[in-house]
Amino acid sequence: MNRNQNLQKLGEQAYNKIEKINGELFTLTYGAIVCQLIKELDSLDEVNNQLDKMGYNIGLRLIDEFLARSNLGRCRDIKETAEVITKVGFKMFFGVTANVANFNPKKQSFLIQLEDNPLIDFVELPPQYKDKLSYSNLLCGVIRGALEMVQMKVVCTIKKCPLKGDEITEIKVKLIEILTTEIPVGDE
Amino acid sequence: DIAETCFEYLNMELVQYFFSTATTEAANYKLEKLGIRVGQKLAERYTKDRPRFNEKIDIIKFICKDFWIELFKKQIDNLRTNHKGVYVLTDSKFRWIVRLSTDTNQNTKTEAEKYVVFPCGIIKGALESLGVQCVVKAEIGTFPACSFTIKIS
Repeated sequence: MNRNQNLQKLGEQAYNKIEKINGELFTLTYGAIVCQLIKELDSLDEVNNQLDKMGYNIGLRLIDEFLARSNLGRCRDIKETAEVITKVGFKMFFGVTANVANFNPKKQSFLIQLEDNPLIDFVELPPQYKDKLSYSNLLCGVIRGALEMVQMKVVCTIKKCPLKGDEITEIKVKLIEILTTEIPVGDE
Repeated sequence: DIAETCFEYLNMELVQYFFSTATTEAANYKLEKLGIRVGQKLAERYTKDRPRFNEKIDIIKFICKDFWIELFKKQIDNLRTNHKGVYVLTDSKFRWIVRLSTDTNQNTKTEAEKYVVFPCGIIKGALESLGVQCVVKAEIGTFPACSFTIKIS
């Protein structure tokens, strides 16, 4: 078995073992949050930011469970990180498989392609939101938050979304820098 | 289905967001509203393949059993009624607050109170979509027990 197949298997095993919850509850709750934010905030940009922020906070916490359950060591490079996020991360937490595409070693960027996006079931976007609302921005935040905890600062953006008429969901991830761990003064 | 942790953290963000951007009263109001929308849709989905309910008590029992299992993976532990339209559903280990912990018991209870508003809305929304108009209030007993009082109007 090659490494990717191994990762896939690891993702499946982790998903089988993890405590699960009704997916509809999650999707509907998320949908209600998005609606509420649209009502409360002044612009769709602010809604996108807030969704990203919520995702970021979730990612900061989720990484602990990910590391504990996957038992994977540090990734060698961003390419490996991409495979681990898609094959293990998405499978473990959302039960869906994702693919890596357009890996660009020079720009240190890649695309995550999702055929099943757990956030968008039963959702229809009114036309006035189609251009500007990044409905699945929570996922961008989750990835950004989780990677920051393993010292990778990234920028994530939704590139494609079925709610806007695309076939799949596509998230672009670009590495900005590898953070160095600073040990606080007085800590050993 | 998805990992429970994902929902748990989303729920935390939801509660944090409302309580940090609005007064307690407004946050409670908004969270309940949000729950109602979710509850209505969930109940529609879970009941679409079953025969209509004849009696109100059957609807309450459905909430205590099937609906509760779907959402919280267990049944309600205790159901009491005054036979005049008030039902008290007690979950002795309410799943959405079980993992909360703070420095003191009192603070944990105060924190937990923020997490039972959304489920109150869900129950209200579910009942209303099944034709039962009501008011739902939660009370945290001995943590992590929680009682939901349904007053049919």
